Amino acid sequence: MTAPTAEASPPEQRPARRRGVELSLLVCAVLVSVFGYVCVGLARQGAVPPDAARYGAGLGALALVAHLAVRFRAPWADPLLLPIAVLLNGLGLVLIHRLDLETPGDVAAPTQLVWSALGVALCVATVIALGDHRVLRRHARACVVAALLLLCAPVLFPPVNGARIWIRIGELSLQPGEFAKVLLAVFFAAHLAAHREALTAAGRRALGAVRLPAGRAAGPVVGVWLLSMLVLVLERDLGTSLLFFGLFVVLLYVATGRVGWIALGLLLAAAGAYAVGTLEPHVHGRVEDWLDPYAGIEAGQGTGQLAQSLFAFGTGGVLGTGLGLGHSVLIGFAAKSDFILATAGEELGLAGLTALLLLYALLVGRGFQAATRLDDAFGTLLAVGLSSIVALQVFVIAGGVTGLIPLTGMAMPFLAQGGSSVVTNWVIVALLIRLSHAARAPRPAPAEPAAAPARPVVLR
Amino acid sequence: MIRCTRHAAWFCALLLTALLVNAARVQVVESPGLDRNPGNRRADIARYNVPRGDILVDAGPVTGSRDTGGRLRYERTYRDGPLYAPVTGYASQTYGTSLLENLEDGILAGTDPLLSPLPLWDGLNRIRPPGGHVVTTIRAAVQEAAYRGLDGRRGAVAAIEPSSGRILALVSSPSYDPGRFAGTDGASADAWTRLNGAPAQPMLNRAIRQTYPPGSAFKIVTAAAALDSGAVDDVDAPTRTPHPYVLPGTTTVLPDTAEGCENASLAYALQWSCNTVMAGLGARVGLRGMVEAAAGFGFNDPRLRIPAAVSRSNFDTDMSVDQLALSSIGQFNTTATPLQMAMVASAVAGGGVLRHPYLVEKVTRAGGATAEHHGPRAYRQAMNPATAMRLREMMVQAVEEGTGRKAAIGGATVGGKTGTAQHGVGNKGTPYAWFISWAQADDAPQPGVAVAVVVEDASADRAEISGGGSAAPIARAVMRAALRG
Repeated sequence: MTAPTAEASPPEQRPARRRGVELSLLVCAVLVSVFGYVCVGLARQGAVPPDAARYGAGLGALALVAHLAVRFRAPWADPLLLPIAVLLNGLGLVLIHRLDLETPGDVAAPTQLVWSALGVALCVATVIALGDHRVLRRHARACVVAALLLLCAPVLFPPVNGARIWIRIGELSLQPGEFAKVLLAVFFAAHLAAHREALTAAGRRALGAVRLPAGRAAGPVVGVWLLSMLVLVLERDLGTSLLFFGLFVVLLYVATGRVGWIALGLLLAAAGAYAVGTLEPHVHGRVEDWLDPYAGIEAGQGTGQLAQSLFAFGTGGVLGTGLGLGHSVLIGFAAKSDFILATAGEELGLAGLTALLLLYALLVGRGFQAATRLDDAFGTLLAVGLSSIVALQVFVIAGGVTGLIPLTGMAMPFLAQGGSSVVTNWVIVALLIRLSHAARAPRPAPAEPAAAPARPVVLR
Repeated sequence: MIRCTRHAAWFCALLLTALLVNAARVQVVESPGLDRNPGNRRADIARYNVPRGDILVDAGPVTGSRDTGGRLRYERTYRDGPLYAPVTGYASQTYGTSLLENLEDGILAGTDPLLSPLPLWDGLNRIRPPGGHVVTTIRAAVQEAAYRGLDGRRGAVAAIEPSSGRILALVSSPSYDPGRFAGTDGASADAWTRLNGAPAQPMLNRAIRQTYPPGSAFKIVTAAAALDSGAVDDVDAPTRTPHPYVLPGTTTVLPDTAEGCENASLAYALQWSCNTVMAGLGARVGLRGMVEAAAGFGFNDPRLRIPAAVSRSNFDTDMSVDQLALSSIGQFNTTATPLQMAMVASAVAGGGVLRHPYLVEKVTRAGGATAEHHGPRAYRQAMNPATAMRLREMMVQAVEEGTGRKAAIGGATVGGKTGTAQHGVGNKGTPYAWFISWAQADDAPQPGVAVAVVVEDASADRAEISGGGSAAPIARAVMRAALRG
């Protein structure tokens, strides 16, 4: 593991472009979403919603634009990434619309549609503008500054539901932590790629088997990580801090190949989690709720959110009640965001939930596949980082609402209501498209001429 | 680095697998328990999402459903709520169900497999059939006569068709309107609190859940025991009873309100309700014989259901002779529900055969097709047919020229027995007025109705209270209504 292992396969084994496959999968994704929308209408109003065709056309147009951008600007990209994103986003819109019907005073689907369009637009812009992902490496410093600024910004704004993670400007509310995670992934990848050798080889021996790396190489990474953790703990955004921690440990392991890092990381995580879980009342309450979700019912104080979520999953059973026929709205205020998966679990059942989780697994898996095929360490680490973000986020929130781990407020990628989240996830998909294009494109061919900037990129 | 990337990928796969396993645990393994959790409102929502089936009296519904448009959509309504409350019980979204609403809940709510022609198929498809109907044995005219007769006084009436066991009327007074607390709003909560706190206990079903000392009405049981055991052969022969009668083994003299009870015959004692004669006969029959006779009528049966559970009527099984003598005239620890005393009258009217009393004729699907039919069932042989014949004659005599004259009906043969039960510490409480009777229309082959009436009117003048005075006219009205139909 001391040298970068670029296992270049012979060109003839490279996959075909498969843009046609992508297009047909996109058609399927749009059709499935429209079908879900029609199902909700039939179940709730007994009629096909009059705007079903418009919804389909809108989603289809977004998908088509994204497809065209990929076809012409990243023709070797993995054909699964875009359809999965469109399907998840489409189903998310259906679920939010379905919950809107129960809460006429709080309609979220139209706003979410606007944010989704913005996300796709940003995705298209990224695919078009970012000719080569290695360009990002040069902006690592800018990324980390921006990320820290974004993370600190919510401190100036009032907390919402116990967490200071929102920026409110009039009607608009943003969650800057969402954007920060992509920027931090870029920074971590760039920094670790640059100092990989120093981190792996050098370092003093300490704590017996664990080799601590040289301070110069590890310093900035550890520093940034600690700083972001501090900010997040202050903002009580436990989910995001868990995500950053996981991202950090995974990238460190992939870059250095040292198991010691993981051991140390887990040790630190356990200590940190224990401290926060016992000392911080907000978090402590969630841990208590996780240990006994039904305590409130037995004490006659009503039903907690987690218990309501578990009821929803339980009601869904294997096949679900059918779209529009569940009662997950009983969960209350976060039913469209943190707890959106409960609606999926209740109305689509274990079958639907499994399908959703497999879609995420496929997205993550394709990201990792691109990572293994990329020649440059930065690209590999970035692909690993972005895939891990999706995987960890799905695990943290899905594990939270199904009672596997204590609940932490996070957004299910693409599915949940939340503008910052959906935009960020589209950017992640855009970056993965670019990375997979670079990974799958025939090796001798250089990147698009137009994308090659004036300065040559330094390869490791 | 590729190797480590693969490790990271496997780690992510592990996380997703953990999610799937956990989801399967929640959605498959724990699902039934979660459905039953009291904090889970889905069962309620599903339950009230469709109109509830109805409870029928004389082929007409006495219940209904109202669409509130709320989350718990359909709310129960009642036609003549107070009149039928002792039969229907209540179905409240807040406080649950009682009586028939409770016992036939599966039928009314549509969850009973009986309603579904293909239960397994419907279960798979999550099809919930519309609620079925419960057809009662109650007859509106009889029920109304009883309710009007009690006229708000505390008391109860039970009427049975002796040949079948059908319960024709089941009235408790004062009553309540179950529709007042059917919903989930504040008015429901207020009504519930008020009804539960009311001193008159309007929600107590006195006809089947309250036991009273039966007083002299119990003498029918004692007479049956005396005849069946052979303690009395000839109902018109003197019974060798001293007057004044001292309870065996004590110095307590048993009082008698009737005249001419010394050495009176059984027929005379029943006609004029002689305490001394009946107490003496009970003592002569003995504990074993008396307990057996009482059990034959349904006393000491804790499992009697109509299908609502009927409180156990008591006749002690371990007593001294003086206690037995008191018990034989319906005092001491002897208690009975009004339904139990109607069963006593019914057994006499039915020639000694006691049918199992029942309240539900059949249950039907929403369309009216019968899902289950309840016919007459044997309950007990209360006495020999010959004994029943003689008791019938004596009860008729008690109405024609004895204490029960106010129960007589033109065009029908009526047999009855009054009762005035002492109770309270030192018998200071207002006595309960009893009347049990049966009636047979002159053109009918057998008695059509057996009735028990109890009036516990605390406000009335003590002297006014007697089975013949306040309870017999109610029984008469009830029997007339029953025979007319």
